[in-house]
Amino acid sequence: MLFENIKKDFPILEQEINGKKLVYLDSAATTQKPTEVINSLNNYYSNNNSNIHRGVHTLSQRATKDYEQSREIITKFIGATSSKEIVFVRGATEAINLIANSYVKPLLNKNDEILISQMEHHANIVPWQMICEEKKAKLRIIPIDNNGELILDELNNLVNTKTKFISVSHVSNSLGTINPIDKIIKVAHQNNIRIMIDGAQAVQHLEIDMKKMDADFYCFSGHKIYAPTGIGVLYGKKELLEKMQPYQGGGDMIKSVTFEKTIYNDIPNRFEAGTPNISGAISLGKAIEYITQIGIHNITKYENDLLNYATSKLKKINEIKIIGEAKEKAGVISFVIDGIHPHDIGTIMDSHGIAIRAGHHCTQPVMDFYNIPATARASFAIYNDKNDIDKLIEAIRKCIEVFS
Amino acid sequence: MNNWDDLYLEVILDHNKNPRNNHKLEKHTHHADGHNPLCGDRVSINILMDGETVKEVSFTGSGCAISTASASILTETIKNKNRTEIKNLFKDFHNLVTSEKEVENKLGKLAIFEGVKKYPARVKCATLSWHALMAALEGEKESTTE
Repeated sequence: MLFENIKKDFPILEQEINGKKLVYLDSAATTQKPTEVINSLNNYYSNNNSNIHRGVHTLSQRATKDYEQSREIITKFIGATSSKEIVFVRGATEAINLIANSYVKPLLNKNDEILISQMEHHANIVPWQMICEEKKAKLRIIPIDNNGELILDELNNLVNTKTKFISVSHVSNSLGTINPIDKIIKVAHQNNIRIMIDGAQAVQHLEIDMKKMDADFYCFSGHKIYAPTGIGVLYGKKELLEKMQPYQGGGDMIKSVTFEKTIYNDIPNRFEAGTPNISGAISLGKAIEYITQIGIHNITKYENDLLNYATSKLKKINEIKIIGEAKEKAGVISFVIDGIHPHDIGTIMDSHGIAIRAGHHCTQPVMDFYNIPATARASFAIYNDKNDIDKLIEAIRKCIEVFS
Repeated sequence: MNNWDDLYLEVILDHNKNPRNNHKLEKHTHHADGHNPLCGDRVSINILMDGETVKEVSFTGSGCAISTASASILTETIKNKNRTEIKNLFKDFHNLVTSEKEVENKLGKLAIFEGVKKYPARVKCATLSWHALMAALEGEKESTTE
């Protein structure tokens, strides 16, 4: 079977933690990296390291070629129309801040509204709050129901002539919900509103095609899709990026500079001030090639089987309550156990060599909605298997025993 | 023996399940809320002082087993102690859960938290209620572990 030998591609998984073989179930926080990606970092610094876009020497030409090659790989991977629509950023957080400041803020007047959802990660809340405060605009929220699904009927009530922008996540990091973004994008465009989709928890699980999806902006982080930290992607429709002012000023984002006037560079370089994370960008291209070889359809199906297997096993334990039971979910199970705080669950799992996340997952409004301080969260990636889930279940049973 | 046995001792599990002095104190002279922004745990400490001495103390709030047991044992420990004694206890307790060195055992029941030092992510759970206690004694209303 395709996935049987994948663990071997991830050297970090070979180690023992507290005397037990590591079971890594925290991929929604960050994924582990395959040897190919690690080697590409090594190769870059061993053979090609230099600055891009400005050197006439061989190393610089190699680095520039690989950096721009990675932009092409990403263009194809997300079905963008042109590589000019791909901006390298530090991660999804920076992408959202960039759009908030360079696209939305200049449009915003007093009492205008920005629409987000109740299940957003803090990264898709705080940047909007900051510009709303500055411009005296309002942040409005699409509510969720008990299953952790967006209440779409409310969307039509919330959208009005004052709504200047919508930003929602494709997949929730704490609930696992796959949002019906096609419907939301349609409503946005029917009302002439531009929309951004936060794909930080989506691109590693689901096929993405910007041409079909028609989002105005989309973003994701490299480290959640088997690439290093500190690199991410902002996609923007060409005609929108072209109209936008730069986010940061510096080298590489200019055509010419005098003390009287600076002429900005074309897109996407206009948004890439300073020396970028060159090795990260190149490794992100490698990571995407790696998962493309496996096939994103195969990954969706495989991870969905794991999710269903884990869900049915967890549901057999009476003390467990799953938080987030949307019909469409991807790779994430949040849960609470009667009488045991998630941090204690996390520590006991760690003593079994199992890495899960415990906390509010940077989604405090979701925790408030369910009236809980935190959840335990297991999240899956291509290197997990049913054996990992069996070990999780066994450790949970022991945890319940200790605290009973 | 399980790996976690040095952390989740019977006494800690018992105080988590049946926390002592876990209620509001109608009549109190000092009060502070402790907050661990990292995990969202909250604890409130109420103290009734008679001069320099703690006459009554209670706590409320929600947290993990370590923070609940620590708050519970704290309330048992500091009753009838004066400010200076409590300050010294906090210093020793802090050393117990953070210092690499062996700490001279003057801590009595509090010594059961020694296992926490092997779990750096959990040190703030054990010290949350102590930070709130010190804030209350200093006349501050809030404290955080940050």
